[in-house]
Amino acid sequence: MATTSITVAETPVVLYALRRGDDALVLGHRLSEWTGYAPMLEEDMALANIGLDLIGQARSLYTYAGEREGAGHDEDKLAYLRDERQYRNLLLVEQPNGDFAHTIVRQLFYSAFADPYWRAMMRSADATLAAIAAKSEKESAYHLRHASEWLIRLGDGTDESHRRAQDAVDALWSYTGELFETDDAERTLIAEGVAVDPATLRATWDATIDRVLHEATLARPDSAWMQRGGRAGRHSEHLGHLLAELQHLQRTYPGATW
Amino acid sequence: MSTATIASDLYQRAWDAAATVTDPEIPVLTIVDLGVLRDIEVGADGSVEVAITPTYSGCPAMNVIAFEIELALARAGLPGARVRTVLSPAWTTDWMTEDGRRKLREYGIAPPAPGAGRAALFGVESVPCPLCGSTDTERLSEFGSTACKALWRCRACREPFDYFKCH
Repeated sequence: MATTSITVAETPVVLYALRRGDDALVLGHRLSEWTGYAPMLEEDMALANIGLDLIGQARSLYTYAGEREGAGHDEDKLAYLRDERQYRNLLLVEQPNGDFAHTIVRQLFYSAFADPYWRAMMRSADATLAAIAAKSEKESAYHLRHASEWLIRLGDGTDESHRRAQDAVDALWSYTGELFETDDAERTLIAEGVAVDPATLRATWDATIDRVLHEATLARPDSAWMQRGGRAGRHSEHLGHLLAELQHLQRTYPGATW
Repeated sequence: MSTATIASDLYQRAWDAAATVTDPEIPVLTIVDLGVLRDIEVGADGSVEVAITPTYSGCPAMNVIAFEIELALARAGLPGARVRTVLSPAWTTDWMTEDGRRKLREYGIAPPAPGAGRAALFGVESVPCPLCGSTDTERLSEFGSTACKALWRCRACREPFDYFKCH
């Protein structure tokens, strides 16, 4: 018997933890799709490792969201029993893996934000979020270096790798505006010192991206038009397919363990 | 015995039992060597709670370690002990004991460089080979066989080896 979906009472802090947890889970799941298919063995292990870090971050954030909501939703229920429209992740992280260049560019755009973001969040007035940030920050630093080194190699590599890397930068650029968005719920937390205003990290992100693109001999797109909607549950068609794979076992066999 | 003596006796028995638990991926290291075992609390009712901290957020060994602690305490006559995960302060490789670093090297894994500040995370350019001691080594991949290790190779003896990376 299939199991019914849950809905979550999204107070600002619960919504906050879900948003950051969903970013980490969805991106971690995307990276796990490379397992067994990456261009070489070392990279297979690297992408699986990064995915594992992200899924670990998601677990901590979901556990905290569930505690703060107080309705008995643990990390598994939050991951497996929310529908697509209840997922609060960035559109960037749900974009398909594409070729290796798309995966690396997506990873760079996210990590160049996550690394300074978690570092700033270590000073959160919320002790649990500060602790999660302290762990995530060290992991993100490795993820950022990994993605930067690869994009430089691809962009400044062969004609073919350069073309593909530029294609990926152009294709994913319109998903980067959402990284810096806030809404009323998040502004409440920012005012309380619980959350960091992502807009304050814009200059750091720009500097990282410009440095890496320059070294990779790639052009920064000048398009200012940006996609949005993920934080409010309006997703691209790709998330539903991802969730179908991620959730189908728990939906079909509720509570299954192994 | 006074209540305080009983509590302190329980604490010691629990600590000694938990301290025998090893990392399932690196069986030469105990959770004390790793700095994963943080604290043990003995309640007024004699209940025992063991606090551990994860190395990496997604380290799959943590579930096994928690299970092994419960088992070790049950064997030591302390059934029903609970294991709690604490996130703060965040684990760092600086908590690995000197003894742990030595055991790691003897096991063939290069230990993390001390002083795991942000500079050390990325400042390490040379890791001595745990097999022949040469510093003529190169990094093959930042991400190795587990979340906590990177893959290196020794140019002198040509052996690949794991490096327990700074964190």
